Amino acid sequence: MNLLNLAIESIFIQNILLSLFLGMCSYLAQSKKMESAKGLGMAVIMVLTIATPLNWLIKTYLLDKGALAWTGIDALASLDLSFLTFICFIAVIASLVQIVEMVVDRFFPVLYNSLGIFLPLITVNCAILGAALFMGERGYNLAEATVFGTSSGVGWALAIMALAAIRKKIRYSNVPEGLRGLGMAFIVTGLLAIGFLCFSGISL
Amino acid sequence: MAKMRKIVTDPLIDNNPVTWQVLGVCSALAVTTQVKTAIVMSLALTIVLCCSNVAISLLRKMIPNKIRMIVELCVIATLVILADQVLKAFMYDVSKQLSVFVGLIITNCIVMGRAEAYALQNPPLKSLLDGLGNGLGYSIVLILVAAIRELFGNGTFLGFQIFGDWFVGNTLMLLPPGAFVIIGLLIWLQRTFISKHLREED
Repeated sequence: MNLLNLAIESIFIQNILLSLFLGMCSYLAQSKKMESAKGLGMAVIMVLTIATPLNWLIKTYLLDKGALAWTGIDALASLDLSFLTFICFIAVIASLVQIVEMVVDRFFPVLYNSLGIFLPLITVNCAILGAALFMGERGYNLAEATVFGTSSGVGWALAIMALAAIRKKIRYSNVPEGLRGLGMAFIVTGLLAIGFLCFSGISL
Repeated sequence: MAKMRKIVTDPLIDNNPVTWQVLGVCSALAVTTQVKTAIVMSLALTIVLCCSNVAISLLRKMIPNKIRMIVELCVIATLVILADQVLKAFMYDVSKQLSVFVGLIITNCIVMGRAEAYALQNPPLKSLLDGLGNGLGYSIVLILVAAIRELFGNGTFLGFQIFGDWFVGNTLMLLPPGAFVIIGLLIWLQRTFISKHLREED
């Protein structure tokens, strides 16, 4: 039950994009077409689902203070490697994205073509690293970390698909000239965020 | 000389990394509920950006093209770890408030983008100036947004009371939607009055 609560919380109430502001760059760049929004959303869900528990394992068994106690060596047990967190997380994410890219290229060439150069950019999508860091900061266990990763991805995909759909409609409306494109995308995102604020009334 | 100056001044307003190139928006929104955190974050990012640009520019002839992303990430991550440790040592309370967003400088697209687009092709001095310009451009937007949000959300500036007791804080400013709308309006202002010659169509 607790896990379900966590999932609902990270999809709707604490949406990774609309309330934590993570992954904005690719969100704005890739929301012009529904197709690419969908593809990128799926890719982010996939990478987050694998990367978050993987980073949890690395953090818990290698990096935290006293995490190396399982080796049974005293000198290692007293080590605190947590200052290496950032570089380890980003290395894991970068290599994982590379693998995902190769798999997508091999098995889903259509998707690969439509995402173009933006798949490698998932590496620098802050949603992935941000989820890993938040997972550490909030002290989740492995199951919670997995659920948190997946549902953050779902929340992100939901937000980018919503924006893509709205931008498609906006193209036919008469927006003031300076506001066209980016400015309007921000304001629409603001309105979406207000909409998502309503979920915070739900008591879990 | 004029060319050098242009490298620094161009990204300040005309070609601003946040409002024009849409890079590094994530942190620009998240840390701007207070001016103080915004200033610390801008400083950290500017320093990391300058150092990473210089380091990558020095290494540019040695980095094999295929693994350049990983090399760039390593350089940036090392610098961010340094910045994070310094913040934790000397400004612990601010570092707690910034929480994960210092770490997220690694994935801040400005740092990565400038390394990719500029430092890999240009000598160290120019890259340093480019880093400085873009860092300052980012800082301007960050501090501006933070000032608006803090002033209208709390009635304070840098923690000092500006409005009297009659002022009722607008909580929406402090909530996420406020940040999105303010950046949207800033972009509108910029495109209407300042960068008129630069236009994009949706």
